[in-house]
Amino acid sequence: MEWLTLTIDGREVSVPKGTTVLDACRMNNIPIPTLCHAPELTSAGACRLCVVQIEGMRNLPPSCVTQVAQGMKVETQNPKVRNARKTILELLVANHPLDCMTCQKMGDCSLAEYAYDYGVTGTVYQGEKRCLPIDDGNPFILRDPNKCILCGKCIKACTEIQGKSILDFSFRGFDTQVGPAFNLPYNESDCDFCGSCVSVCPVGALTEKQMAGKGRPWEVSKVQTTCPFCGVGCNFDLNVKDGKVIGVTSNPEVPVNGKALCVKGRFGMDMIYSDNRITTPLIRKNGELVPAEWDEALDLVATKLGEIKKTYGPNSIAALSSAHCTNEENYLMQKFMRAVIGTNNVDHCART
Amino acid sequence: MSTACEELVDPKQIKLDEIINKHRYDNGPLIPILQGAQEVYGYLPAHVIKHISKAIRIPVARIYGVVTFYAQFRLTPVGRNLINICLGTACHVRGGAKVVETIEKELKIKDGATTEDGRFTLEVVACIGACGLAPVISINNEVHGRLSPDKIAGILAKYE
Amino acid sequence: MAENQRILVCAGTGCASSGALPIIDILNDEIKRQGLEETVTVVGTGCQGFCEKGPTLVIEPQQILYTRVTGEDVAEIVSQELVKGERVERLLLVDQATQKPVSSMADIRFFSKQHRIVLHNCGVIDPKKIEDYTARDGYKGIEKALKGMSPEEVMEEVKKSGLRGRGGAGFPTGVKWGFCRSTPSDKKYIICNADEGDPGAFMDRSVLEGDPHSVIEGMLIGAYAIGADEGYVYCRAEYPLAIKNLGIAIKQAKEAGYLGDNILGSGFNFHLKIFEGAGAFVCGEETALMASIEGKRGMPRVRPPFPAVSGLWGKPTNINNVETWSNIPHILRNGADWYSQFGTEKSKGTKIFALTGKVNNTGLVEVPMGTTLREIIFDIGDGIQGGKKFKAVQIGGPSGGCLPEDMLDLAVDYDTLTQAGAMVGSGGLVIMDETTCMVDIARYFLNFSKKESCGKCTPCREGTTRMYEILDRITKGEGKEEDLDTLENLAITIKETSLCGLGQFAPSPILATLKYFRHEYLAHIHDHKCPAHNCTALLSYSIDTEKCKMCSLCAKNCPTNCISGDKKTNTPYVIDVENCIKCGTCMDKCKFGAVSRA
Ligand SMILES: Cc1cc2nc3c(=O)[nH]c(=O)nc-3n(C[C@H](O)[C@H](O)[C@H](O)COP(=O)(O)O)c2cc1C
Ligand code: SF4
Ligand code: SF4
Ligand code: SF4
Ligand code: SF4
Ligand code: SF4
Ligand code: SF4
Ligand code: FES
Ligand code: FES
Ligand code: FES
Repeated sequence: MEWLTLTIDGREVSVPKGTTVLDACRMNNIPIPTLCHAPELTSAGACRLCVVQIEGMRNLPPSCVTQVAQGMKVETQNPKVRNARKTILELLVANHPLDCMTCQKMGDCSLAEYAYDYGVTGTVYQGEKRCLPIDDGNPFILRDPNKCILCGKCIKACTEIQGKSILDFSFRGFDTQVGPAFNLPYNESDCDFCGSCVSVCPVGALTEKQMAGKGRPWEVSKVQTTCPFCGVGCNFDLNVKDGKVIGVTSNPEVPVNGKALCVKGRFGMDMIYSDNRITTPLIRKNGELVPAEWDEALDLVATKLGEIKKTYGPNSIAALSSAHCTNEENYLMQKFMRAVIGTNNVDHCART
Repeated sequence: MSTACEELVDPKQIKLDEIINKHRYDNGPLIPILQGAQEVYGYLPAHVIKHISKAIRIPVARIYGVVTFYAQFRLTPVGRNLINICLGTACHVRGGAKVVETIEKELKIKDGATTEDGRFTLEVVACIGACGLAPVISINNEVHGRLSPDKIAGILAKYE
Repeated sequence: MAENQRILVCAGTGCASSGALPIIDILNDEIKRQGLEETVTVVGTGCQGFCEKGPTLVIEPQQILYTRVTGEDVAEIVSQELVKGERVERLLLVDQATQKPVSSMADIRFFSKQHRIVLHNCGVIDPKKIEDYTARDGYKGIEKALKGMSPEEVMEEVKKSGLRGRGGAGFPTGVKWGFCRSTPSDKKYIICNADEGDPGAFMDRSVLEGDPHSVIEGMLIGAYAIGADEGYVYCRAEYPLAIKNLGIAIKQAKEAGYLGDNILGSGFNFHLKIFEGAGAFVCGEETALMASIEGKRGMPRVRPPFPAVSGLWGKPTNINNVETWSNIPHILRNGADWYSQFGTEKSKGTKIFALTGKVNNTGLVEVPMGTTLREIIFDIGDGIQGGKKFKAVQIGGPSGGCLPEDMLDLAVDYDTLTQAGAMVGSGGLVIMDETTCMVDIARYFLNFSKKESCGKCTPCREGTTRMYEILDRITKGEGKEEDLDTLENLAITIKETSLCGLGQFAPSPILATLKYFRHEYLAHIHDHKCPAHNCTALLSYSIDTEKCKMCSLCAKNCPTNCISGDKKTNTPYVIDVENCIKCGTCMDKCKFGAVSRA
């Protein structure tokens, strides 16, 4: 691999050829603010917050889409660069509802964080502000287009991660919006509710509805676990507050699935505390299901299966297993049917 | 004898499909198809956009994005007469803004709107290439040049 | 008269909208009626450059120009001019300086001071006839290239000519071709940028309307040099006549064997298509233009990769402007040395300008690079309308800047103008006089840029709106002195951080007016006055009852009917300020000076 040497803020560093200036900085723990960049998505170079000064280059190039060249001299924190970033943040804040007190994203919001870093106040520009309807029509995703900073990451996530292209830009200039076709609510589009878009949104424009009002990022501990819903075995973080799971967020670090999840894994956690959840075996007695002990239930099943097999033969019995189960559990199921019952009548809910 | 089948065949739909078929195997067929569709319907109704999306397999959101990006495409029907007021630089320095204001007052509508009776749609545009005659407006592509506010009422009266 | 004559009737967009088209038919009828059809031919041409005086027609070979011709004038022109060889005086142009009519084009400074290379055929030939083009050495350039020059030699010739891109940035054309040529690929494209978004510029339109074959030939030569076999002309939909004439020309060129496969038996293939734009200024930017052809939103993308490496559908692509392409055949036909004798050290050749605004002669003018602004405005343009005082000239459209009077002696070339804070840009020259407010002009351009911003990057999307709002407040007398610092900071940040040229140059009109006309800003802010009496919020009209003779002329002409009064009942004439749109018509109409403006 070819290595290039460059100077960042006076420090000499070496990085592999093909690295962007942003990555070169991050490899060396030099902080650069970004809003539209995500390592798993193609870069647009749109927000312009990551600008730096590079000797010999016209204007202030964005580091996320500028490749390192041998001998490059980069400055990431000089007054000119900081002033440009501050101005860009001021422009974003001027067209943003300052709802941080009640915003679900507070504590995990890139805009709020950078605005704080750069000493931005909300009063530099007076003028027009967007006033668009909030999309509250589905149980999973809350979309507040007024908080959208038009970074475009959700559009890319939907196309590049989920392969759906439900979202896109519409209109142009100051009137630009991001949303489903015709700017209709999510539930009137063909959205899968995989929530990939939510997982990349740097601000509170797209948030998990289930978590709204249930806890602040800093009150929550994240517990990495494996999704129980299917055999893909996605990993994610349970968000736990006071011993209670309040929701799920994907974890870019996990090897199986990264930020991607499906609707079940991301939004199916409400079953944990559901009243309908069955927590003991039930046996129907006199036409009514009554709770029972495991031993009693298993004995009953064994007896009945034995009787049926004896009376009607093994092929009168069939087993259907679930995608909720692991591969190992499904293996055991068919083994039991073939070796113990003596039939090939096995099937699985995900076969068709 | 008119059959149910005949009634189902919408002549505009037939034309639309002809346009789609003409362009569908081109590189980059979307914009020519949208231009053709707008010529047929006068604007781009939602059902037409969805039809095009299915036919050429481009997501609806992307087509909506394209339609709202370009000034040429419209999502609502136009009035009987389309007024384009030029506010290109040449027209601006020769008093185009006053022409706009006069027409807006006269018709009681703003840029982009259509009068309630559907008689006029107003659109401010940048340069229709007749800069030498500034300030100009064009009504249904008929250019009226060397204008001043007092000439407006007379010109508008000619269009029903 | 024995001599054969031609009547060139301008059928360009400008003249067509002044009523030129019926004149051609009437002329033909009249010529037949008077039995002259053997010796006189009528030709419908493209723009002759003098649109404001349109419809115009020229009698050849005498080179006599008639202006503002109507159908009723035709019979007289035929019997006076064609039969008797005498002028129809009332239709001749009046020289503003001498107030005398001038007939011969050689005596009209508008024409005599120009040097026409690109416009060589415009207004002279019938653009719908390929034979008119070939009769004037058309397609000789490509023939020369195909029959005796290697692609490298063609490219070298263009490099040597010193031609620089006419689309705005002025990048050396031959060098640009070289980038695309040297990228290995099985497929390459070339594109002609005919988006001409600068509001108030119409040279590309006129070339396409009036001499479409020159663009086709230029592209053929370029395709040969670069190694491309397919091309697009991206033309704005607002130019229907240009699209039509170019379409006819492409068809004829195909039939004549200049387009298609195995051109002139050389084995070289080239196919050309027209793509109609859908209305977005930013699509003039090359990466947005390609996105648009690909059927996407016209949003520019980050460069590199440059189009020469990865352009249309990921293939190496070379984009040039209409006027750039149209220069190429002349360079090949006459040689690089011939071409480079025109212009300045670093800017060779000629440039077409669209001269508009408060100047006497508006129209298209082609001059050698290095001509001074003063020559263009005061000689060719014949000075300022109505004897008013020159204030500024805006060069380069929304991306350019305005220059004040003391810079009139600047030689117009790429580097000089950029240094002065303007730019050649597409070549729009808008002349402003003492009644033009410079803050309002800055506001106007920002309104344009804000409407045309694609919305992709933050500084341009949000910043152009904020700059516009600040300027708008200043023109309403609500500005504060700090606003100027805020504007300056915004302007610099937007210039340095925007993704494409639209954002990078959108602040130019502000920076230039702040530099040269800061006093006008301060007058609005401190004194709540618009020195040009232009900003309506700072104006009011009133009628002086002492001077008013109650003639009612103002009331009759007021477009919003907001003047009331009655002579019979002796009710004085007054203006209802609520409904007054401050158009100034009443003041212009009043013969007694009773209307005043404050
Ligand atoms: C916002 C914007 C608008 C532009 N509009 C045009 C245009 O209308 N016509 C044009 O030829 N070039 C336009 N350009 C310049 C083109 O991007 C490109 O530089 C040019 O077509 C190259 O041709 P040339 O080398 O022959 O000048 C524009 C650039 C920007 C940034
Ligand atoms: S999105 Fe961020 S900046 Fe906006 S209100 Fe929420 S926390 Fe505050
Ligand atoms: S939830 Fe998934 S499918 Fe729906 S818009 Fe977001 S990314 Fe696309
Ligand atoms: S919704 Fe979020 S991710 Fe999508 S564009 Fe807006 S800010 Fe970016
Ligand atoms: S149910 Fe969805 S999130 Fe869970 S493991 Fe399967 S694919 Fe992953
Ligand atoms: S500078 Fe303006 S037009 Fe260019 S990419 Fe950015 S927002 Fe779009
Ligand atoms: S300025 Fe115009 S609108 Fe106002 S009173 Fe005079 S004519 Fe009427
Ligand atoms: S992070 Fe680099 S431009 Fe947005
Ligand atoms: S500026 Fe109005 S026609 Fe060109
Ligand atoms: S269009 Fe006739 S002179 Fe320009």
